[in-house]
Amino acid sequence: MELLSGGEIVIRALKDAGVKYIWGYPGGAALHIYDALFQQTDVQHILVRHEQAAVHAADGHSRSTGEVGAVLVTSGPGATNAITGIATAYMDSIPLVVISGQVPREKIGEDAFQETDMVGISRPIVKHSFLVKDATEIAGVIAKAFYIAGSGRPGPVVVDIPKDVTDPNHRVPYEYPEKVKIRSYQPTSKGHSGQIKRAIKTLLGAKRPIIYSGGGVILGEASSQLTELARLIDAPVTNTLMGLGAFPGSDPQFVGMLGMHGTFEANTAMHHADVILAVGARFDDRVTNTTGKFCPSATIIHIDVDPTSIAKTIKADIPIVGACDVVLQEMIDQLQDSGKRLDDEAMADWWKQINEWRDRHGIYTQSRYEASGGTIIKPQDVIKSLYRATGGDAFVTSDVGQHQMFAAQYYLFDQPRRWINSGGLGTMGFGLPAAMGVQLAHPDAMVACVTGEGSIQMCIQELSTCTQYGLPIKIINLNNQALGMVRQWQDMQYSSRYSSSLYEDSLPDFIKLAEAYGHVGIKVTHFDELDEKMEECFSLKDRVVFMDIYVDRSEHVYPMLVAPNGSMRDMWLSKTERT
Amino acid sequence: MRRIISVLMENEPGALSRVVGLFSQRGYNIDTLTVAPTDDQTLSRLTLTTHGNDQVIEQITKHLHKLIDVVKVVDLTEGPHIERELMLLKVKASGPHRAEIKRCVDIFRGQIIDVSTHAYTVQIVGNSDKLDAFIQAIAGAEILEVVRSGVSGLSRGEKALRL
Repeated sequence: MELLSGGEIVIRALKDAGVKYIWGYPGGAALHIYDALFQQTDVQHILVRHEQAAVHAADGHSRSTGEVGAVLVTSGPGATNAITGIATAYMDSIPLVVISGQVPREKIGEDAFQETDMVGISRPIVKHSFLVKDATEIAGVIAKAFYIAGSGRPGPVVVDIPKDVTDPNHRVPYEYPEKVKIRSYQPTSKGHSGQIKRAIKTLLGAKRPIIYSGGGVILGEASSQLTELARLIDAPVTNTLMGLGAFPGSDPQFVGMLGMHGTFEANTAMHHADVILAVGARFDDRVTNTTGKFCPSATIIHIDVDPTSIAKTIKADIPIVGACDVVLQEMIDQLQDSGKRLDDEAMADWWKQINEWRDRHGIYTQSRYEASGGTIIKPQDVIKSLYRATGGDAFVTSDVGQHQMFAAQYYLFDQPRRWINSGGLGTMGFGLPAAMGVQLAHPDAMVACVTGEGSIQMCIQELSTCTQYGLPIKIINLNNQALGMVRQWQDMQYSSRYSSSLYEDSLPDFIKLAEAYGHVGIKVTHFDELDEKMEECFSLKDRVVFMDIYVDRSEHVYPMLVAPNGSMRDMWLSKTERT
Repeated sequence: MRRIISVLMENEPGALSRVVGLFSQRGYNIDTLTVAPTDDQTLSRLTLTTHGNDQVIEQITKHLHKLIDVVKVVDLTEGPHIERELMLLKVKASGPHRAEIKRCVDIFRGQIIDVSTHAYTVQIVGNSDKLDAFIQAIAGAEILEVVRSGVSGLSRGEKALRL
């Protein structure tokens, strides 16, 4: 058997786990591993400018490909800087393996230089973690880490490796396990057949059904099954923020996103539905609004691979634990075998009702936001322009805030894994590094990072990484010169007292900033030039382009669920109009 | 409602902290906790008592099950079960109290396991109510210190929590 040092084993095991790119930042405790990286070419390391970005980039890689993302950081500050990224991945169930250097074994617990208890500090935000105690354990632990991260309900796994375990002078036999088996971890895949039968029966009896699908459908590669089932029963489909793209966004059966800033028709249809088929969604508080008033007349069928997601906030009438693709396929088969259909007349009435809601308050009609009137650019128009310029075929990452909601509402995603955003944790600074991960995984694809002047400054240092690795991301900065979503809440609930949501003329010149990093900056201030400049942006295929677009400062995101104490049908539709 | 949850888990460093962390993260309470390796040295058995309504307990058991180190979880209070707790109690025993405490210990089928001129150390085993009752019974005496093991339990009959 081949003898390798601990550092070499780390890299070899990553290669054997299928890793092509690892994002990271070196430091003392990780130097043996970095030296092993230097002496091979199978695993390419990408040097970021801050560890948070390394995790977001690996996260973006994973979200856009379905593969497990890989990160390498050093101990202490390297590890703590990675925490925000790990928490982001955990909240959205993104599979990552984060390898952190640790101080040598005999120094652990002595408050050594750059020591932090990484396993302890990350415990609440990881699916699992390992502290490797011996070089002989490394290969097995890394294999387990990849298996755990990517199976069942995915999530990040931390592997903390003390420096002396990677000592180049200590060589041990290397063997990567062919198969990983963990006796205490056996994720469910097949759903309970009796429950599936009950679900079919309930669905067939529905008069006002709706399919509510979430990020689990994308993570579980179940988009085609979801689409097939939806077509089979002709039910309206709504996606959560995390689920956009699981069902084609431009399909007439799609009623838009639901929840806090969901469409009028999606939220209203949910409220009035008699059967809700929830797939890979977790009844998040941004979706349900007041749980006591949630969809009063609905029978809820809930499919999820994670039993703890079922009946956590809303009781499921028919819970089905299983992988979304497997369960949905079983449902399709049973439905086809039964040869039965939903009541045609009831469904015709239901669609008539939904289309009325659509016509009245749908956000895709121009009347939902004021026309620009020639000069002022509405943020919604920017997203529509982006959609046109990219033919709806881009990967779109976003940061967090108003721009995120506008992108989710107005860019119609027809495929899964195209919309990449931090939904659960809501991490500002996610967009740019995530876009790097996407671009590296898809070198020929159009990758746009929709951001705001607030969020982009949280990881703007990564413009330098884009230069080093030639990652031609297009940054669409919706510049409203304020922390827009904070300001919106301050408008609505704090009598427009803008506490710390304005910058008082301290914003940088983003054009000069982009140029300083060797990129192209394009400033857009007039509506008339928007489409033309957007075209220009995407014509510069090999360059990072920073589009600094000045948008209407006063615009709010609507619809918006009324809180507190509102149900899903209680929405603000504009600054003055309420349902 | 009080529940006794029994957990079979890998005897690995960090496993206990994950269980405890789960409770603190999600705002659940642990009333008592006891853990030790089983006859199979690779496994530990952890018993904890907690309280909550059915929905909370269901979430707790599901979350416990989700921990990678956890092999099996059972709520003992769902069926017939036996529970025991051990208490060591040091009490001042001088003058007329000395004989009275001895009588009480006998009534509760406890044992005096250490004796000094002015104190007894008493060992009592039983369910938690019995231990509470003993403390009540010797309320007149001066208790110096008390240590309780936390509840351990098994289900009745042939049902067993094993691999």
